[in-house]
Amino acid sequence: MRLRNLCLAAAAVLALAACDAPGKGSGKTPAFEPPADPFPSTYKAYPSGTLLISNATVLDGIGGRIENGSVLIQDGKIAAVGADLKAPEGAATLDARGKWVTPGIIDNHSHLGAYPSPGVDSHGDGNEISGPVTAEVWVEHSVWPQDAGFTRALAGGITSLQILPGSANLFGGRGVTLKNVPARTMQGMKFPGAPYTLKMACGENPKRVYGYGRGSTPGGAPYSRMGNVAGYRDAWIKATDYKKQLDKAKAGNGEPPKRDLELETLAGVLNGEILVHMHCYRADEMAVIMDLSKEFGYKVTAFHHAVEAYKIADKLAEYGACSSMWADWWGFKMEAYDGIAENIPLVHNAGACAIVHSDSDVGIQHLNQEAAKAWSDGKRIGIDVPMEEAWEWLSINPAKTLGIDDRTGSLEPGKMADVVVWSGNPFSTYSKAEKVYIDGALMFDRDDPANNPVMDFELGQPGEGDRK
Amino acid sequence: MIRRILLSLTILTAAPAALAEPVAVYGKSVWTGTSQGTITDGVVVIDNGRVVSVGPASTPVPAGAKEVRAEWVTPGLISAFSRTGIAEVSGVDDTNDAGAGGSHFSAALDAADGFNPDATAIGVTRLAGFTRLAVAPQARATLFGGQGFLANTSGDADSVFRDRAFAFIVLGENGASLAGGSRPASWTTLRGAFDDVRFFGARYMSHNEGNVLTRMDAQALMPAVKGDQLILFQARRASDLNAVMDFAEANPSLRIAIVGADEGWRVADRLALLDIPVMVDSFSNLPASFSQLAATGENAKRLAEAGVTVSIVNLDNDDHLAHLASQIAGNAVANGMAFDDAMRALTTAPAEIYGMTGLGVLAPGARADVVAWDGDPLEVTSAPTAVYIDGEAQSMVSRQTELRDRYRTLDESQRPLAYKH
Repeated sequence: MRLRNLCLAAAAVLALAACDAPGKGSGKTPAFEPPADPFPSTYKAYPSGTLLISNATVLDGIGGRIENGSVLIQDGKIAAVGADLKAPEGAATLDARGKWVTPGIIDNHSHLGAYPSPGVDSHGDGNEISGPVTAEVWVEHSVWPQDAGFTRALAGGITSLQILPGSANLFGGRGVTLKNVPARTMQGMKFPGAPYTLKMACGENPKRVYGYGRGSTPGGAPYSRMGNVAGYRDAWIKATDYKKQLDKAKAGNGEPPKRDLELETLAGVLNGEILVHMHCYRADEMAVIMDLSKEFGYKVTAFHHAVEAYKIADKLAEYGACSSMWADWWGFKMEAYDGIAENIPLVHNAGACAIVHSDSDVGIQHLNQEAAKAWSDGKRIGIDVPMEEAWEWLSINPAKTLGIDDRTGSLEPGKMADVVVWSGNPFSTYSKAEKVYIDGALMFDRDDPANNPVMDFELGQPGEGDRK
Repeated sequence: MIRRILLSLTILTAAPAALAEPVAVYGKSVWTGTSQGTITDGVVVIDNGRVVSVGPASTPVPAGAKEVRAEWVTPGLISAFSRTGIAEVSGVDDTNDAGAGGSHFSAALDAADGFNPDATAIGVTRLAGFTRLAVAPQARATLFGGQGFLANTSGDADSVFRDRAFAFIVLGENGASLAGGSRPASWTTLRGAFDDVRFFGARYMSHNEGNVLTRMDAQALMPAVKGDQLILFQARRASDLNAVMDFAEANPSLRIAIVGADEGWRVADRLALLDIPVMVDSFSNLPASFSQLAATGENAKRLAEAGVTVSIVNLDNDDHLAHLASQIAGNAVANGMAFDDAMRALTTAPAEIYGMTGLGVLAPGARADVVAWDGDPLEVTSAPTAVYIDGEAQSMVSRQTELRDRYRTLDESQRPLAYKH
């Protein structure tokens, strides 16, 4: 049985129900096979009706733009997108004249829930810094769903997001992709069927935290960038061996290895089931990592921060990694010293995959503005990306890096109705997300206080949500 | 209180550079910051470092004046709270002069001693339309951070135009921690320090006998305690803001402003009554700490509507991205603040708070800090096309633009990119 592969494969995850009960239908679960999905999603779309949004400027998220366009939502899915759609009988209608409609924004770099508000020490659950290799931890076990940051992000049009562990470690652990729908549990937010991801980190952070940090250093190494690379290679060698044992046992040839959480995750990467998201600022380091991944036969799905991606945009395009970037963060540490405002458009212009990410509970609230900055800075140097194409930085490209682009990230029939209605052009500072639909359900309405979620932590406090 | 500072500091307006040629900056919109409001199709004429006239495009222009055309024209923006120019790479301690956790001194630490006009962040900030900075030290050893200063963003050696412009004192959670662990500790420290200054003669006659401060620190704090110098308190929670206001009422001669004020809207009327200006970061809308439980994106709007002098700043990254204050101000507008109030928060309000006479406005006689923009200055998609400081056209090149131009194309077929410069 290859249930695990089936459930976690990046594509082809339509029959998700089967993933809820590991082993079911397979007759027996071999002793060595770890449960495919031990913390399964319990997210279910909230009730929604049939809704026709019309007269809007529609950006479909994959390069299309329709003036006076319509979007039809039915059964929680996009039913149709076009210039002249008629409302089916009994459908609700929303006249969005003067407004813009886009796919929901997907932030593929967030620490919400793991470093929640308030940011007190007791809440510092984002980084298991006890060792440089902690591939065994899963950030979903840190996610506190009562983080008010989720609601602020929702008000900024975020419909899905990846929560990553921090970047202290060479291998920081598994990331998790969430639907941005308030829930009592992490599982209630978990994006059904999204593959797992692995957070890795280059550069200054691992060597600072381990080599030079904290007096008594947990592992002693790495002290240097070469120590970082040795650390990755050492772990991949172990993982390669572990995977070999697993494969042999699966082929009925020998005993399975003892369960090892760290190596299960790394072997999952080598199997292509787990997607690598790697924090890496400097161009030269990204080049080393691309070679390293070839040495061990895996692929880096996205470089994160990638402040110097513009220096090797051609190489990133050739390799096929996305770069998740800020519009203008720079200068806060040595490896961020060469940040420039045109990074995102230069990467896009080279034919590489560009993404706007936040890594911030503030930035996540206005990723559309961050994209707008990059878009306009590109325009000023002659890189004139149409807005409808630039929107790819905000939804379909991050969706690809999370293995969910077959289900969300664009306004295409059959996809989840993760939709934002903006008060105006979302590349304007003055525009706001007015209505946010997730799987067709209205989860945020700026004009209706009843449709503004308030987290437990905020109840009974002097402020209750952003606007009280 | 603010008005008094304005009057007492008119002496500031020393003759600016006289070399600059006359320039006529035409804008489809000219935001003046004065009763002229926003002029549609206007012109700002500058000569000899001063604004000569501001009016409709038909306003007479001196013969031979250089013509500049833009979508928008504004006064040079002012960053009311930054660490720009005192930290080259924030995380590299050798290059970061913002704070000194191991120093024996506190209130006497003069941030201007750490200012480097060649810092790469200066150019980046200038290219974003900011011509003036208030720079505050970081408080790392005690709640007394030291002395802040005012500078322009020309990058010239004489950019600092007022040293020791304000005393920076940290209260709230951060101040409590710096004072030993509680708010009572920080208030006791503060009162003790003020007594040290007031009884300076008796306490420091022969040797250091202060309760709190060293002799040098007590001396440095003297102008603030006497009311001759602005005190900038950092505080967020409503109760902390009230404590500052109680202190202000008990010490009516003090000149006080507050940075942070995340819960300021809850005490807005009192702030207005006491004429205590605030510097707020309108992006603060999360209960990020127990001192920000009532943080809201509408804080700036509510404060302005209550009549408080509001300036808008970026407190999230004040050394390299202080200029994002204009984006933050735009968001304040999106959250209901009047556009003119948001513009004032970047111009006239900081000029008033620091007594920067002749800055923050476009009016005849004002210093010619003028920015020409390719769009609405509060839109994230807009950028300056020309920047003037004291009438002098500024370089629009920064280290970032040089990196950009080097890597605009990646063709290395003939020569390595290192030869492109």
